[in-house]
Amino acid sequence: MGYGIATLFGYFRDFLRNSGLEKCNAAVEREEQKHFVPLYQDFENFYKRNLYMRIRDNWSRSICSAPGPLFDVMERVSDDYNWTFRFTGNIIKDVINIGSYNFLGLADKYDESMRTVKEVLETYGTGVASTRQEMGTLDKHKELEDLLAKFLNVEAAMTFGMGFATNSTNIPVLVGKGCLIFSDELNHTSIVLGARLSGATIRTFKHNNMQCLENLLRDAIIYGQPRTHRAWKKILILVEGIYSMEGSIVNLPEIVALKKKYKAYLYIDEAHSIGSVGPTGRGVREYFGLNPEDIDVYMGTFTKSFGASGGYIAGKKDLVDYLRFNSHSAAYAVSMSPPVAEQIIRSLKLLMGLDGTTQGLQRLQQLVANTKYFRQTLKKMGFIIYGNDDSPVVPMLLYQPCKVAAFARHMLERKIGVVVVGFPATPLAEARARFCLSAVHTRQMLDTVLEAINELGDLLALKYSRQRKS
Amino acid sequence: MATAAEQWVLVEMVQALYEAPAYHLILEGILILWIIRLLFSKTYKLQERSDLTIKEKEELIEEWQPEPLVPPISKDHPAFNYNIVSGPPSHKIVVNGKECINFASFNFLGLLDSPRVKAAALASLKKYGVGTCGPRGFYGTFDVHLDLEEHLAKFMKTEEAIIYSYGFSTIASAIPAYSKRGDIIFVDRAACFAIQKGLQASRSDIKLFNHNDVADLERLLKEQEVEDQKNPRKARVTRRFIVVEGLYMNTGSICPLPELVKLKYKYKARIFLEESLSFGVLGEHGRGVTEHYGISIDDIDLISASMENSLASIGGFCCGRSFVIDHQRLSGQGYCFSASLPPLLAAAAIEALNIMEENPDIFAVLKKKCEQIHKALQGISGLKVVGECFSPAFHLQLKDSTGSREADVKLLQEIINQCMNKSIALTQARYLEKEEKFLPPPSIRVVVTVEQTKEELERAASTIKEVAQAVLL
Repeated sequence: MGYGIATLFGYFRDFLRNSGLEKCNAAVEREEQKHFVPLYQDFENFYKRNLYMRIRDNWSRSICSAPGPLFDVMERVSDDYNWTFRFTGNIIKDVINIGSYNFLGLADKYDESMRTVKEVLETYGTGVASTRQEMGTLDKHKELEDLLAKFLNVEAAMTFGMGFATNSTNIPVLVGKGCLIFSDELNHTSIVLGARLSGATIRTFKHNNMQCLENLLRDAIIYGQPRTHRAWKKILILVEGIYSMEGSIVNLPEIVALKKKYKAYLYIDEAHSIGSVGPTGRGVREYFGLNPEDIDVYMGTFTKSFGASGGYIAGKKDLVDYLRFNSHSAAYAVSMSPPVAEQIIRSLKLLMGLDGTTQGLQRLQQLVANTKYFRQTLKKMGFIIYGNDDSPVVPMLLYQPCKVAAFARHMLERKIGVVVVGFPATPLAEARARFCLSAVHTRQMLDTVLEAINELGDLLALKYSRQRKS
Repeated sequence: MATAAEQWVLVEMVQALYEAPAYHLILEGILILWIIRLLFSKTYKLQERSDLTIKEKEELIEEWQPEPLVPPISKDHPAFNYNIVSGPPSHKIVVNGKECINFASFNFLGLLDSPRVKAAALASLKKYGVGTCGPRGFYGTFDVHLDLEEHLAKFMKTEEAIIYSYGFSTIASAIPAYSKRGDIIFVDRAACFAIQKGLQASRSDIKLFNHNDVADLERLLKEQEVEDQKNPRKARVTRRFIVVEGLYMNTGSICPLPELVKLKYKYKARIFLEESLSFGVLGEHGRGVTEHYGISIDDIDLISASMENSLASIGGFCCGRSFVIDHQRLSGQGYCFSASLPPLLAAAAIEALNIMEENPDIFAVLKKKCEQIHKALQGISGLKVVGECFSPAFHLQLKDSTGSREADVKLLQEIINQCMNKSIALTQARYLEKEEKFLPPPSIRVVVTVEQTKEELERAASTIKEVAQAVLL
């Protein structure tokens, strides 16, 4: 109903703007190009103009320190209801960061353990200026790929400069016309883009619903391609390890069983799960205790748990060799920057215990403990939380757009930075706040956050759950 | 009482029957007879509806054999042996164990080795660490990013700029943000792969015109005009775009921008300019093709460039008027759904921009060096130079192809290997042969940077001449 009122109000405001009664602050087309076909259609921007603009201050907040457990947010005010922003110059210091993907706490400002990164930066510089196939393969990349293959317990791995591009440039290499892709309905945009660019037929199955997937698989093999009934060339199942908006972990054992029964291939995007689930942080495969050879293509990113940037694809040597020659990004896009590669090497060594300490394991255990505590407490307080109990991504449902704005603003006042998500990343009526726990959150920080959530929950009537335990 | 009502209704009915016109009664009669016929006729047999039995389904599932996930690759594929660079890809580069002079990395302004750039990146590393742990919308926006965007906008004299964390994704996300299904894009045949992917993702109508052929483009635009007149309603909502590159990566030639701007206003299409190779190279201050031709930057709707060539960093940016650029903050897929650029790379780019602003004479120096080697490489037996004389990245193609692409590639690789033995590092221009729409012929890519001295350029030219003569004769 909130959306209904907002929509009506939006039409009213548009009318006021068009008839000149209200000043329009949006940027406008050039005078010389007024007769061109309009660049944006009115309706596309309706949501943006009328709903998003009013609560825009909750997103794209800029910070001026490392995204560690505490960070500094730059204060930002708007004189004209969020059409433009102005930085006051004040900095809100030591805001508790419960929004950044910093699962193991490896993204923090420089300290002695990052010495090798500094050295690599000074020797190698920042850029590479060439593609992998031309002159862009550095010895650092080879070192990283070997280490990564050992970490994941696979034959070979290949790294790319950007996580998003890893999906969008490599899925088209693996499948093409005449192949079939089964993609979970809540897959990330990069996977959807890669699937679309490949030209294969895409069928979505209900989120984590194995029965639906099995039925679709059976129908696909029995009836073949639509209209011609020719057999499909190959079938690829695209899933994610942890889904970022739901916090749910994929039902891997069943998918692997299905894949083996129906001879399909499995591609798993472990962007959020690598380094954060599993007893030694090796991802959902380890979490479920499966054989490394069960999954055909491992994909992941280094942005979340490793505090760097970039993506990788790992698996059998044949697969990785094929990608080295045929991946779009190997031939046309530059390779990873050397200091970033060194940061990943450093993080991997830490996780694997190769640096001589048990810090990696300790951080993982702390993350598990934090996750358990946080989720349990929130459930006890009476909030509705999605997701698997072991996933460090905790979405809390807020449902209404106005509550989204109120929640985020109040939390910032209490010096806690949260991430809130609404349409179009989530369904229209299921706006949520998403908490990302980290191994470096202390119990004290978590308690502060939980207290604040509790207060706001009472203030804004967010305690929807009927299973309250207290 | 009920029967009276019934009778009353019956009377009405009978009366209606008498009063109805004749054709009405006949029509009703025919309909009733037809229905009776349909009800009693035999159902005609369709083809045997084959509903598979469960056993048959299981058999089909058993029998189906998929192709292997990846086909096997032959071991003598030219790209099989990557060049491995030990150490930094700087002016003197160590490739496969040999120290050579670098003629292959796109380090046009030599900023990869600049101590100032490294110091700025180091300062940023100390303050922010490496990663940003989030997309721009969720606490991934650092003050360094805002700084860089402001800097770029000021440098290019536009209202706003937006940065992406990967050069390939910049144009590949920018095009589909504006152009959707049903819109029309006119694009040059020699457009680079990233543009092709952007076009594919946009699902718009793509119309290709011959490379740098303004007459061909005008012909296509005229044809479109004729189409528009047939359907003005559709034409009023169909957006048109012209996508060109400043300096083409695949051919080293420059686009005829003044004529394109004239066509833009005549046929009401918007221009998207991709300046990866020309940013930081052309123009008096390095602002690219618009400065080179003296065209007002407001005439171009969107300029997209990669920071990976001249700016010695990673990533890309788009700049233009706020009206155009701001849209990408919510619709650019590579911007909204991807982690932001690591701050140390953004700081490196800011410092590189500062260096560019402080030394505007390096562009003239680079231009002279390009012209020098361009002239020196003319007249090599068997190889021809493809590209403008001021393009820092140009191609050397075989004058007469052997007939098969594989053999050509092998020949060129032989030339490159021998040049490497003589300490000149070169590379072949790599393409994905099966994916490119218009595959350019195999070539050696030569890249000129400001760090190469006159002697080195002469040596390179003479080495290539020698080797080419030896191999191709």
